[in-house]
Amino acid sequence: MNKKLFALLSILVVAAFAITACGGAATEAPAATEAPAMGESVEVFSWWTGGGEAAGLEAMQGVFAGSNPEIEFVNAAVAGGAGTNARAVLATRLQAGDPPDSWQGHAGQELIGTYVAGGQIEPLNDLYESEGWLAVMPETLIPLISNDGNIYSVPVNIHRANVLWYNPSVLTANNLAVPTTMDEWFAAMDTLKAAGVQPLAVGEQWTKMHLFETVLLGSLGSDAYNGLWDGSTDWASADVKAALDNYAKVLTYANSDSSSLSWQDAAQLVINGDAAFNVMGDWAEGYFRELGKAPNTDYGWAATPGSGGVFQFLSDSFVLAVGAPHPDAATAWLKVAGSKAGQEAFNPVKGSICARTDCDPALFGVYLQSAMSDWSSNIVVGSLTHGVVANDSWKTEIDTALGLFIADSNVEGFQTALAAACASSGPCK
Amino acid sequence: MFRDKDRFLNVLLISPSILAVLIFIYAFIAWSVRVSLSKWKGLSADYTWNGLNNYFDLFADPRFQIDIRNTLIFTGVFVLGSILLGFILAVMLDQGLKGEAFFRSLFLFPMAISYIVTGVVWRWLMNPASGTRTSGLNLLFNNIGLDFLANQWHTTPTLGIAAIALAAIWQMSGYTMALYLAGLRAIPEELKEAARIDGATELQIYRHIMLPLLAPVTLSALIILGHMSLKVFDLIVAIAGKQLPLDVPAIYMWQITFDGLFYGRGAAVGILLLISIAVLIIPYIRYTLKTEAEQ
Amino acid sequence: MKTRFHIGKYWLYVPLVLMAVFYLLPLYVMIITGFKEFSEIDLKTMWNLPHGIAFDNYIEAYSKLAPSLWNSFAMVIPAAVISSALGSLNGYVLAKWKFRGADVIFPFILFGMFIPYQSILIPLVQFMNLVGIKGLPGLALAHIIYGIPITTLTFRNYYASLPQELLEAAKIDGADMLGIYRHILLPISMPSFVVVLIWQFTSAWNDFLFAVVLTGNTDWPITVALNNMAGSQIISWNVQMAGSLLAALPTLLVYIFLGRYFLRGLLAGSLKG
Repeated sequence: MNKKLFALLSILVVAAFAITACGGAATEAPAATEAPAMGESVEVFSWWTGGGEAAGLEAMQGVFAGSNPEIEFVNAAVAGGAGTNARAVLATRLQAGDPPDSWQGHAGQELIGTYVAGGQIEPLNDLYESEGWLAVMPETLIPLISNDGNIYSVPVNIHRANVLWYNPSVLTANNLAVPTTMDEWFAAMDTLKAAGVQPLAVGEQWTKMHLFETVLLGSLGSDAYNGLWDGSTDWASADVKAALDNYAKVLTYANSDSSSLSWQDAAQLVINGDAAFNVMGDWAEGYFRELGKAPNTDYGWAATPGSGGVFQFLSDSFVLAVGAPHPDAATAWLKVAGSKAGQEAFNPVKGSICARTDCDPALFGVYLQSAMSDWSSNIVVGSLTHGVVANDSWKTEIDTALGLFIADSNVEGFQTALAAACASSGPCK
Repeated sequence: MFRDKDRFLNVLLISPSILAVLIFIYAFIAWSVRVSLSKWKGLSADYTWNGLNNYFDLFADPRFQIDIRNTLIFTGVFVLGSILLGFILAVMLDQGLKGEAFFRSLFLFPMAISYIVTGVVWRWLMNPASGTRTSGLNLLFNNIGLDFLANQWHTTPTLGIAAIALAAIWQMSGYTMALYLAGLRAIPEELKEAARIDGATELQIYRHIMLPLLAPVTLSALIILGHMSLKVFDLIVAIAGKQLPLDVPAIYMWQITFDGLFYGRGAAVGILLLISIAVLIIPYIRYTLKTEAEQ
Repeated sequence: MKTRFHIGKYWLYVPLVLMAVFYLLPLYVMIITGFKEFSEIDLKTMWNLPHGIAFDNYIEAYSKLAPSLWNSFAMVIPAAVISSALGSLNGYVLAKWKFRGADVIFPFILFGMFIPYQSILIPLVQFMNLVGIKGLPGLALAHIIYGIPITTLTFRNYYASLPQELLEAAKIDGADMLGIYRHILLPISMPSFVVVLIWQFTSAWNDFLFAVVLTGNTDWPITVALNNMAGSQIISWNVQMAGSLLAALPTLLVYIFLGRYFLRGLLAGSLKG
């Protein structure tokens, strides 16, 4: 009898194992995620974990808390420059049917090609109308965040990608003016090299892609550059070849330990006087200020050589997930992200300009005021590294081609691979 | 009656595990194979038949050739390094010195640490900067007058992956030491005594008696370390992130699938990894089970 | 002869100590940097000892990593316990109650120990999505199932080494299959349980790949949290090193106190029981 009882118990234990292994976990998970479903929280996913980015998010979070004290803000931020890690994590969560309520996305093809095509985000036209945003957002921005007449995201800021940062005292010491063309830049870097100064600071692979897009722009000009992304400029052309040759030459001036440096490490080399130039988006300015550096004395800036009068932009925007666990709280968050108060809190701290055109310039520093005036007067083109002009698959193929090129310096092979990438994932046929 | 109940029970006891293994290993492998034969690209699943095209694309991809080259270099340095170092450490510890247990624990402790922690620390140690920004091991070398040892570590062109293998050796050589030590201890003392009486030197004893007897241990170590090096992922991600010069199949799979959304090609990388490991492991399992049955 | 031999032996301490330095170097850097104050952080002096002992870095690292540490414990403990229990039952059946086909099934279970997880990663994510198991429970489930091969192997080898007479005697006394397991094998299985529990604890704690695809921000285990912390530049090196030590501490402690068993788990990993 006793033994029978034990046998029965043992079977129960085994069954329990089986249930724990298969079903127990299944019943726990919803309990964990459904608890906040009463609408007291909103999970916002971004890759803003460091520097001015994180501080800016915090400032906007403060505005959100002021107008929505009953909603808990869950900051789901994943580190990694340009969101390379973060987007992989996000893709996994979307695959798993576990979307955050709202996430950061680069306005443009990254958003449209990936999330709109995948049916992952909701149109926001009603929100735009009720909040009156169409009147205050730049006209050039709306088509980029729309698909078939539907607006899919709320841009909070505008960043500039084509910025050349330099150390003013290093340039003065070597009697150099700020270069405005590729040739002037090469000449300046030759002088610096001869003087034993590191001409250019570059970081890990994605920062080389960032450098690449600015060299393409500076060599090709804005029309031909735009044509690369809509199929009207031939990737196999001689003009593109000349641009790639320029890029190859630029890399010869870079530091040898680039692949072990983050973008902050590379930017810091310029600030510390260890290098003369660095090409990075204008979020670097927020980082410089965080380090306690002063504009124009510790660092100077200009459009990257050959791109004067052109604003290569990217925009961070927030979306509403299809199947968001807390849609009302998410909408409340988006209203703050698109509001004047929200953007005025966020942008001066992050080191970006408002996507709205009615922000008060007095809130911004010297650099950002100059960016605001450029934004309203320059020709606008989109950034590759930051998701405006190419979808994720195309960008990954370009990234691979670029990585191979960095390893073997074969310009012809690079050009062939770029043309092939455009054919397989871009508009080229 | 009693026997029938037991026969029923034993199958019942093991069936949840068998079911789990069947689903999570074999059905998933089949599923991956299916994905690798599809045109799936993008966030939503697409099982349109694509034949072997994903595999052809892979072999035509120069990046995958870099991956294979990196894997070969890594495997060579890591496996040989760990086996040699592990063997030497085991022989030294086998001499009956005082403090043996202390050294043994010391050589083994890195095994308990995750590759992520190892990577975070080694990234700092293997800082390749030179001149006034020198730090990490290069700085240490300069400080103690061994400047010639300073190098570019994982940023060295082509061979950079060997620096990652160095961190992996640090982590895993204790394991081969433990394997060899167990092997050495299993060799009967009489064999060595007999050889000494015949006038063999200690070196000759190791060369002609111990080494052949340790062949099965070496085989085990080769296979275990070899299959680990085919799978290396965390360590590289933690030291260098995702950069092409240090690319390996596991990182390629991760990036092409989750960044580039090329699910079909990502699955193909996974399946190729599986095949290359199966080539190593299946004969090894058969060999091990056969020798066990013979004993 | 004897004296010469002894001199030869003592020389061995030179390479042994050199090797010990090599193995301790990363640990040394990790510990001393973790104790340095922010003002002391300078690449030029990274090898110097700290001026004093500051616990600020550990407090800061802990405040950032604490949720992940607890996530790791919450995931690792059930993963280790359930996986070990299943392995023990499987090992018992496979070693002592071989049914028809048991010898065919065993190598198939074993192979699961070696597969590259990249080959099942896409289906794993899809499957978890399909059945709705998310976050930590999903991660624990993955570790339970992918741990079955090694736990089964360890117990199977241990039970196979026990004499068959042990079972026969019990059978004669009228014990049935579960009775034998419960009264005879389970009490002497404790060392094997420790081996397997330690092994599962260590490998689940140290895992990165499953964690990074199966968990989101709020349920990251420590490895993912640490990697992300190391990737963000705003957190200084001393805090990162303190965080690394925190992440390594649980497995290091297990190793220090239960090292003998850990070694046996390692050897089991090479198929040798």
